[in-house]
Amino acid sequence: MTDTVAASSTLPDRAGTTASPRGPKPKPWFTTPRVIMYSILTVACLFYLFPLYVMITTSLKPMPEIRFGSIFALPIEPSFDAWVKAWTGACTGLRCEGLSPGFWNSVKITIPSVIASILIASVNGYALVNWKFRGSEIFFTVLIFGSFIPYQVLLYPLVMLTSQMKIFGSLWAIILIHTIFGMPILTLLFRNYFASLPEELFKAARVDGAGFWRIYFEVMLPMSLPIFVVALILQITGIWNDFLFGVVFAGFQNNPMTVQLNNIVNSAQGSPEYNVNMAATILTGLVPLIVYFVSGPLFVRGVAAGAVKG
Amino acid sequence: MQNNSVVINDLSLSFGNVKVLEHLDLEINRGEFLVLLGPSGCGKSTLLNCVAGLLDVTDGQIFIEGKNVTWEQPKDRGIGMVFQSYALYPQMTVERNLSFGLRVSGMKKDDIERRVKRASEILQIEPLLKRKPAALSGGQRQRVAIGRALVRDVDVFLFDEPLSNLDAKLRSDLRVEIKRLHQRLKNTMIYVTHDQIEAMTLADRIAIMKDGIIQQLDTPHHIYNKPVNLFVAGFIGSPTMNFLNGTIENGGKAIKVDQDMISVHGYEFGGAVPANGTKVVLGIRPEHIALEDQAKAMPTSAEIEIDLVEPMGSDTLGWTRFGSHSLIFRCASEVELMPGKKMLIGFDTARGSIFDEATGSRL
Repeated sequence: MTDTVAASSTLPDRAGTTASPRGPKPKPWFTTPRVIMYSILTVACLFYLFPLYVMITTSLKPMPEIRFGSIFALPIEPSFDAWVKAWTGACTGLRCEGLSPGFWNSVKITIPSVIASILIASVNGYALVNWKFRGSEIFFTVLIFGSFIPYQVLLYPLVMLTSQMKIFGSLWAIILIHTIFGMPILTLLFRNYFASLPEELFKAARVDGAGFWRIYFEVMLPMSLPIFVVALILQITGIWNDFLFGVVFAGFQNNPMTVQLNNIVNSAQGSPEYNVNMAATILTGLVPLIVYFVSGPLFVRGVAAGAVKG
Repeated sequence: MQNNSVVINDLSLSFGNVKVLEHLDLEINRGEFLVLLGPSGCGKSTLLNCVAGLLDVTDGQIFIEGKNVTWEQPKDRGIGMVFQSYALYPQMTVERNLSFGLRVSGMKKDDIERRVKRASEILQIEPLLKRKPAALSGGQRQRVAIGRALVRDVDVFLFDEPLSNLDAKLRSDLRVEIKRLHQRLKNTMIYVTHDQIEAMTLADRIAIMKDGIIQQLDTPHHIYNKPVNLFVAGFIGSPTMNFLNGTIENGGKAIKVDQDMISVHGYEFGGAVPANGTKVVLGIRPEHIALEDQAKAMPTSAEIEIDLVEPMGSDTLGWTRFGSHSLIFRCASEVELMPGKKMLIGFDTARGSIFDEATGSRL
């Protein structure tokens, strides 16, 4: 009996002495697809990181070193002088105050615009999903269509409009413009998110006697943190990086950081100070960069949350 | 009006061109457990949403406790509703979920506490009060959802397929609990389901719906034994009723199915006895078919050959053929069935149903 078992190699190897397959299948690390994948990723990484490297090293070098050295070389005597100058002393046209006024202008523009646009758009989205009114679908279609119109087409009418309202060239104008232009994409974002929440939840709240605002604040808002984070990131980066509206509507004294950066980099006086330009550019890009790094994980979760039914 | 809790009068509802409900009338007694039963898309949930006030009706009236609530907000109708997906507010604890409606209405704190306490005692969810819905099992969630209707002290409970998301075991447990709850509270309850077992076990009366029309409104017993038309007969009962097509012969005393004559002796026709040659459908429930010795005692019997056997544990289903029709019968699990085995089966037409083939209605 035992002999016949041993003779048959297809029977289970109870002792586990031979190398016949058992348990999880081993997964070798160096497979062709994986090697190719990581090679491509590495190349892509270098491609994007190289300019950043050049910018950072250049910003830390004094001018003579830039003029005579290779642009890839590490700084011999690193100093933050260029950064300080970019922040406080770089000249934009006649004034030499650096980027700091532009930074604070951008803050003053971004914060109210972000808050206003997100608040309005979230209520829009909520109403479009849960409180359908006659023509709400048409309203939504028109709103979405708005996001396909190139900004340049609307620029002149909006200038006319804001000057009629006597707010052209003020903070109010630029905040209004940013809020309006945030509407289509944000409303779409919120509408789709709210539509993914179970409808019965809304019905239950209605049966419980809650009204429009009560349901919005006590039932919908607490469930919508991820999508608010997504909207926050979209709006902060979008408005912070905006150049066109800033240069047109904000007025000279309210120029956002991007406009000021452009003025510094393009200023025609003297020879170009590459280190100051590099430092100023990094400073301007710092806010969106920080927002991405801090909220990256939340962002991914938020985008995914819209796709999967909760 | 005195004894009626909910009255639906000539109710119509359409979404654009799609008519979901048409001229529907329904009266529900105080303290009655009424089940709306039907396949998906028959309008039963729509009807419930109309009663709840979550959908605007196109035409007609709804009265609850003698008050015309057709234009009232859901909260002013004296209803509580339990949803299939539980619809608990995910960010609130069980306690806050239960008290939400009361807080919205601006009730005093100690009143709220008292009511939440009572409801949680009845439903035995006191240990769960501080938890969030995510930390509850399906059965617990549905209990909290029922509690949310309970705290509001409403006249009418509306259930929209409350057990459909639960697994089989929990479903039968909670079914009993809902029945017990009804016996204790004696509220009017309207319960929507597509599950005939739930309908049969819970209902005082069942309204079977199809295409927005109530086909039959009656006690479970009556609906099971005397279905008014082919749809009801086929919908109620599992496995479904056997249908044999035939014609009336001998002045209404027999039905000719293929070559066989089946006696109609003892069957009570609803109206006039149909004329010879009328095309009819004879419906026989699988559990009304007897085997072997018992079959001999039946007015109609025949020898058949078994095609297929489905043991269900408590009983066994046998598939066979009778003339050109396939036939299912149910027998005790002790009976030995085998494909190919020849057996004698018999049935009594008096326990069956006869339908007009053209109109589908019971004769």
